[in-house]
Amino acid sequence: MSGGAGHGTAPAEAYVPVFAGPARARLEQLFAKYPTRQACLLPALWMVQEARGWISEQAIGEVADVLELTPAYVKGVVTFYTMYHTHPVGRHFVQVCTTSPCNICGAEDVVKALLRETGCGELGATSPDGRFTVIEVECLGACGFPTPILVDDDFIENVTPEKVKGIVQRYE
Amino acid sequence: MGYPHPSHPKETVVLSKHFGDPEARTYAGWVRHGGYQALRKALGMTREAIVEEVKASGLRGRGGAGFPTGLKWSFMPKEVVKPHYLVCNADESEPGTFKDREIMRWTPHALIEGCAIAAYAIGAERCYIYIRGEFTEPWKVMSAAVEEALANGALGDDVFGSGKRIEMVLHRGAGAYICGEETAMMNSIEGRRGNPRIKPPFPAVAGLFGMPTTINNVETLSAVPHILERGAAWYKSLCLGNPKSTGTKLVSVCGHVRRPGNYEVTMGTPLRDILHDMCGGPPPGRKFKAVIPGGSSVPIMTAEEAEATVFDYEGVVEKGSMLGSAGMIVMDDSTDMVYQIWRLARFYAHESCAQCTQCREGTAWTTRILERILAGKGKVDDFQLLLDLSENMTGKTICVLSDSCAAPVVSGIQKFRSEFEAYIAGAREPALASV
Repeated sequence: MSGGAGHGTAPAEAYVPVFAGPARARLEQLFAKYPTRQACLLPALWMVQEARGWISEQAIGEVADVLELTPAYVKGVVTFYTMYHTHPVGRHFVQVCTTSPCNICGAEDVVKALLRETGCGELGATSPDGRFTVIEVECLGACGFPTPILVDDDFIENVTPEKVKGIVQRYE
Repeated sequence: MGYPHPSHPKETVVLSKHFGDPEARTYAGWVRHGGYQALRKALGMTREAIVEEVKASGLRGRGGAGFPTGLKWSFMPKEVVKPHYLVCNADESEPGTFKDREIMRWTPHALIEGCAIAAYAIGAERCYIYIRGEFTEPWKVMSAAVEEALANGALGDDVFGSGKRIEMVLHRGAGAYICGEETAMMNSIEGRRGNPRIKPPFPAVAGLFGMPTTINNVETLSAVPHILERGAAWYKSLCLGNPKSTGTKLVSVCGHVRRPGNYEVTMGTPLRDILHDMCGGPPPGRKFKAVIPGGSSVPIMTAEEAEATVFDYEGVVEKGSMLGSAGMIVMDDSTDMVYQIWRLARFYAHESCAQCTQCREGTAWTTRILERILAGKGKVDDFQLLLDLSENMTGKTICVLSDSCAAPVVSGIQKFRSEFEAYIAGAREPALASV
């Protein structure tokens, strides 16, 4: 399932740990909030994704190490949750809701407009300039304001095909 | 109040009174609105007295199941011999539902206060609030509010000088509908895949980290301060005839209505009033065709059934569906029911955790058969096949996700059969490319 380099063929670039310095201190503050280290797994994975944009095999190894888990276990958890990226994505990650409440209000046209205006062409692909990746997601929980989209952490409501161009221009 | 619309005279505004008011987001603003009086009062009561008050109010779980809240709390051990936990379910992911999001965005301290009272009542010193990963704004608002509550002594080691300790931890989900199921949520907090657990043991016996745990929905907990402050009798009086369904309910209405949004109504309000008076009826020139009244997991109603429904737990059941989360999806006569039922089946297939065969296979095959029908390649036998699959998906799995996939399929075939037949007979242009 991993979209990263094949086992044993990765270029020998040195991996820079995420949990060093202030990030390590932040993680250790979390330890006090849970009775087990394992419970810090989802927060730790979020920290990795914030720092690196995605969760690589090496990062999985590092997280396993700091939380005293096995890499296989961590990978099992990473792949369960759809918001963790197991491969690099564009600088801006766009999630569009197309579940029924938005679907009946025109969400599929918003998807088409986004794929066109970002240059991504198809769902899951990154635009040639590296700016965007667009995916369809299930219910974003803002059904009264169709169509909601998430661009990185920006939650944007009432998106219509006409508004897409202006939204895309806001992101470098 | 019908956020983002002005309040409608037929609404009963309690939880949503301050939606849209930025002042209510701050600790000082919340206190000016009368906030944190209920928590102070609760801290002077015994745990048992709080549970009894909530029991007497008739409050039932607002996340979907409708289980009596006070009764749930009373299942927790009386003596605290090992840590007890409160978990607040803020993973709002049920298609059609967007009410908890507004509670967190506009009145975060209402939720914190409700959680603090509930934690004390069940003997918990720590509460985890599990917020879905996509809710970036509610997360920011809640984080700031928890910090402020802590700084003002409403949380911490000695809450308002009572000697009681209440700690609140926000936990971010990462994109999995199933984590809204309470046992899957506990696994997720523990750093596991979000697979639901077999019950028993029930959470009150062995829940989060194996300890006695209570899980309540955001809206349920936010109602608790009002009950303590104004009394169980007041809350119980918010009822239009059926004493089993009391209080107010936030209704999220989306789809084909003129004014989608959140509305707060007294239990027992005619559903017709919500659809026509509050939401303004169907878009110009359209007629209502179908309503899914309680989030996508409940049976679909025809417009006629919905318009004759009394909106409370029993009233919706009487008309063949369920109140659920009261996330209401309204579809007008432009809607292709087969396409939308397929889209819902696809949702459940995507969100199945895949540990039960009936769900893993059933949701996937249901989706594929519906795809085949939409591509103009359906067979008359497909009706029976879908119904047989649905039968095998209902009541046979660890959680109710597969039942939820079956609900729109079975009710859809019952009520909108001619639309399926049109695709199968080739009388309708295929909606999907060949599969």
